[in-house]
Formats: sequence, structure tokens, C-alpha cells
Amino acid sequence: MRQVGDRDAPDPEGTPMTDSPMIEAQGLTKRYGDTQALAGVDFSVPAGAILGVLGPNGAGKTTAVRILTTLALPDAGTARVAGHDVVTEADEVRRRIGVAAQDATVDEALTGRQNLVMIGELSLLPRRRARARAGELLERFDLVDAADRVAKGYSGGMRRRLDLAASVVTRPPVLFLDEPTTGLDPTSRNRMWDVIRELVGGGVTLLLTTQYLDEADTLADAIAVVDHGRVIAEGTAAELKSQIGGARLEVTLSAAHPDAGGALSPLVAGEITTSPDGRRLSATVRESSGLTTAVVRALDAAGVAVDDLEIRQPSLDDVFFALTGRPSEPDPGAPAELEGAAR
Amino acid sequence: MTIAAQPLPTADSPANGGHLGQRWHNVVVLTRRNLIHVGRDPMQLSDVTVQPVLFTLLFIYVFGAGVPIEGGSYKDFAVAGLLILNLTTSVASTAVGLCTDLTTGVVDRFRTLPLWRSAILVGRSISDLLAATLCVTIVGLTGLAIGWRTTTGPLSVLAGFAIALLFSYGLGWGAACLGMIAKGPESAQSMGLIILFPLAFVSNALVPTAHMPTWLQYIADWNPVSAVTSAVRQLFGNPNPAAAIHVWPMEHPIWATLGWSAVFLAVFAPLAAHLFRRRTTE
Repeated sequence: MRQVGDRDAPDPEGTPMTDSPMIEAQGLTKRYGDTQALAGVDFSVPAGAILGVLGPNGAGKTTAVRILTTLALPDAGTARVAGHDVVTEADEVRRRIGVAAQDATVDEALTGRQNLVMIGELSLLPRRRARARAGELLERFDLVDAADRVAKGYSGGMRRRLDLAASVVTRPPVLFLDEPTTGLDPTSRNRMWDVIRELVGGGVTLLLTTQYLDEADTLADAIAVVDHGRVIAEGTAAELKSQIGGARLEVTLSAAHPDAGGALSPLVAGEITTSPDGRRLSATVRESSGLTTAVVRALDAAGVAVDDLEIRQPSLDDVFFALTGRPSEPDPGAPAELEGAAR
Repeated sequence: MTIAAQPLPTADSPANGGHLGQRWHNVVVLTRRNLIHVGRDPMQLSDVTVQPVLFTLLFIYVFGAGVPIEGGSYKDFAVAGLLILNLTTSVASTAVGLCTDLTTGVVDRFRTLPLWRSAILVGRSISDLLAATLCVTIVGLTGLAIGWRTTTGPLSVLAGFAIALLFSYGLGWGAACLGMIAKGPESAQSMGLIILFPLAFVSNALVPTAHMPTWLQYIADWNPVSAVTSAVRQLFGNPNPAAAIHVWPMEHPIWATLGWSAVFLAVFAPLAAHLFRRRTTE
């Protein structure tokens, strides 16, 4: 067995692998005042797997995470994390989890280093070890330059990285990340993704919530789509996408044309929908490589003039539209703070 | 059947949070955190640094001329009262500090760690006790600078400071309860002062109660603040007109103060812990 201190992830030998999931929720419900935040949620995440919980603001993602991390009590249902009940064995659960909340919970008046040392010491690492671990994490999370500055002055991305670093101080076998990239610019987002990928490389079990399909797609092994406090679909990214029907082709014609549909139909997968004025046609497609050329040629051969042509990859909206028949609401572009503020 | 991941079997693994030593360790870490906060923003300490100097000078020079004190000067009478006045009003910072922690996300972070919950409260009470120690030092030095003198031995004087700190520590737990029920730091501050100012002023801290209307005199003589002020005057050997009042706490101010402090601790500490649990349970 390797030296325990050397590893970055729990050793499989220290974490008996069985068929039992590391995160398991059954029938969780939770009501805040008039809002039914969770209406019966089931999750199951095997050891070492990454579950992406995908949903719009207010879907109940944060509530689910708060229950699983012992911050909130469910009204009904049970949940076990690392084999311990989150209600009756909360302290056992706390000893095995790391949490990075949606609104970063770093102490703003402390420096990045002081934050990490404090978390280490509160987790009962000896002071020297806590310091060493803090130094290690600051380096790994690219915070060395800012290490001795007060966290209040950190950018959004730096604050999230510090929060993430704080959640792994004790090398917990189970991690919860609540919307780790919401509100970050694309560069910080990519950086965060790299950090998360590196973290989970070592066999940590991770539950991550997100509003972005591409994020769930990039990071997660399995995705649970949540809406109105329920899991409405579950599966791998590929499974979900096939449910949605893959990418979507949208063609705008110069003028309505009777042969346009016939020319398109061999190239697309599903039914073709036509706008009332007959100028806009759309359909899902299976394979998008070379499609643009093929579409233009087919329409040209049929004597149809094309103004515009677009192939859109499926978005969260499409997932929602396909699963619920309505667009996701509220607007996924709305500030992430809404959900937190509603508590 | 054990299906659990074991806690990491290493020195890295957070051990059981239940033992006394570990609880104390949690408290030390959180106390240090609060002190770092103060160091970052020293104006947080104005209520125990600037205010005591200001109050001491203002009251002694503005009121001092108009309040005759039997058997001594107003200066010698007032320093113990100003000590208690400043300590009493400064416990509002306990309410504000706790309420601030609760309204930022940092308590959520603490709650996902296997630490002793009450360490958050105890840590605050200790860092505020250290601030109170600074407060009594500053009042004492200001008093000395303008000619206040004690007439008892050093042990007795030390006991005077100690009993004042004990009282403010107990009262601080009452303020902690306020911090738990206040919506935000600002309302914690104003709720605190609305309660603490009358408590501090309707007493013998700044004037002898003999000249108050009878009903107010009755309240003032039974006010815990009067008891601790008289106790400190007695231990400092400063003029203490209240000793002549035939009311039990004024006749036995030291015992009365010890009793009040014990009651505060016995009632407010468990209540604060209960309110904290209630506030953080959702």
C-alpha cells in the first residue's frame, strides 16, 4: 500500500467497494413555505462515479445538495452518503464529504491560506499538517499569488477555486459541487473544469449540479435531469441526447417552396416542422458532419433558394423541450443567486 | 453489514468531534478566526477602545461637576460605573458578530464539517471576552491618567476587574441569544442597544440612585448592573453610596453579582445553543 499522505484520492483499499452506492437518495421531499422544493427525488451514485444533476434555477438542485450534505432535513424520504444516513448519522456523513456550495462559503475577511488552514484545523488536522495541506492546495488550484490576500478581493473564479480547495482539504471520498461554474466567464469556467477533472481522476465520488448541458456532458458519467423537484430523466449524456434527438437543422428559405420538404427528408432523422409562412423548416439530425453541404446541394437541385442554414447542438432548452414539452423556466441565463435568495 | 467507506485511516482523517479536547480545539481555532477578523478591521474594536476613553472623559468632566458624592470625588465614584457601562454596551458586538456569521455562508461551511456546533458560540464568547479585557484595561488607564485611585490592595483591585469581566461574559450569552433571533447584523445592533442602554443607565453606574423617583430607584437597586458596579466599587475601595441602601443586592453586591452571572450563564448559554440549532435547522 502506498503512503497514505501521498495520495490525492481515497485509496480503494481504505474505501471498501461494494455494490452499494456512495450516494443514495430515496423519495426525498422538502417544502419551504409555499414552495415544494423537492417532490420525491431519487439518486444513486456508485463509488467513483460522477453524477451531473441538470436543471434550471429553482428546480430543487440546491435543496437536494443541502439535504445530502446534512445542511437541511428532508420532510420525507431517506438518503445515505458513504453508507451513513444523512439525518441520523450526520456527523459520520460530515466526516466523509466535501462541499462547495453555490454561493461560495469562504470567510471573506481571511486570506485564502488562512481559510484553508482553518478548515484543516477544524477538521482536526494538526496545525503543521493543515499548513502543509493549505500550501499544497493553493499551488494545485492556482492560487499561490493570491494566497496571502484577503478573500474579499478575489475574483469570482478565484473564490470558487478557493471554495473547492476548502472542500477537499481532508481528501473526502465524496464530493458535492453545487453549480461550480455558474456566473463564471468562459476562461474561468474551463479552468474550473480542468480542476474538477483532475480532482475526480483519483476515484472520488462526485455529485455536481449545473444549469449547463455541456458542463454535465463534459464532466459527468451520468446525468439526472431535475425539474419542479423531480428527476424527470436519467441516463448518460448520449442516452439523453438520443432522447432529445441530437442536433437540430434549421433552414430559412428565400420563399416558401413545395419541394423543400421532400428534398430535406432523406437527410434528417425526424419529422420536419414547417413554419406557418412556409419559409422556415426544422428537423432533428443524427449525423451532422458534411450535412451543411448536403443540404445546400439537395435544396439547390430541387430549385429551392436558401437564405440561412443552421445546425444547433442540443441545449438545456432542447432537453427540457423534449422532456417536458415546454421551455425550461425561469430563463437559465438569469443570475444564479435567485435560487439561493429564495431560501 | 458495513457498506460504508471508512473514514480515511490516517492522521488526515478528522477524528471524533465529541471529545472534550477536540471541542476545545474547535473553540481555539474559531476564536483565532474571530481575532483575525478584528485585526483586519480594528474599527470593530472602537466600542472597547475609543468609546471607553470618550465616555470616561465626557461623563467625568461633564456630569462630574453636578453630582456630589459623599465620601469622595465623582471621579473615584464614576470609574467603576464607566467600566460596567462600557462592558454592558459592548456585549452588543457579540450579537452582531454571530448574526453576521449566520447571514454569510460561512456557518454553512462550518456545518458541513464534523465540528462541535457550539464551538461557534463559545469561540465568539471567548474572543469577545478578550475584547472586554482590552476594554477594562483602557478604562482603567484612562481613569489613572485623570487621577482615579483605588484604596485597596492589588488582589482586591484585580478581583474587581475579574468580577466585572465575569458579569460581562454572562451577559454576552444573553446578547448571543439576541444575535440568534435578529434578522441581520444591523437589527442585532439596534436590538442590542435598545435593551442594553436602559440596562446600563437605569442603575447606580453614573449617579447614586437616591435621587431617582422611588419606582425607578427600586428598579435601579435590583438591576444586575447596579450590583456589579457596587461590587467593583467595594473591591476597588472607591466611594459606594449604595452600600447604605437596605436592599439585598446592594448589601451583598459581590454575592449578588456572582449569582446574576451564574444565572445568565445557566439560562442564556443553553438558550443560545438551542436558538442556534433552531436557526440552522431547515
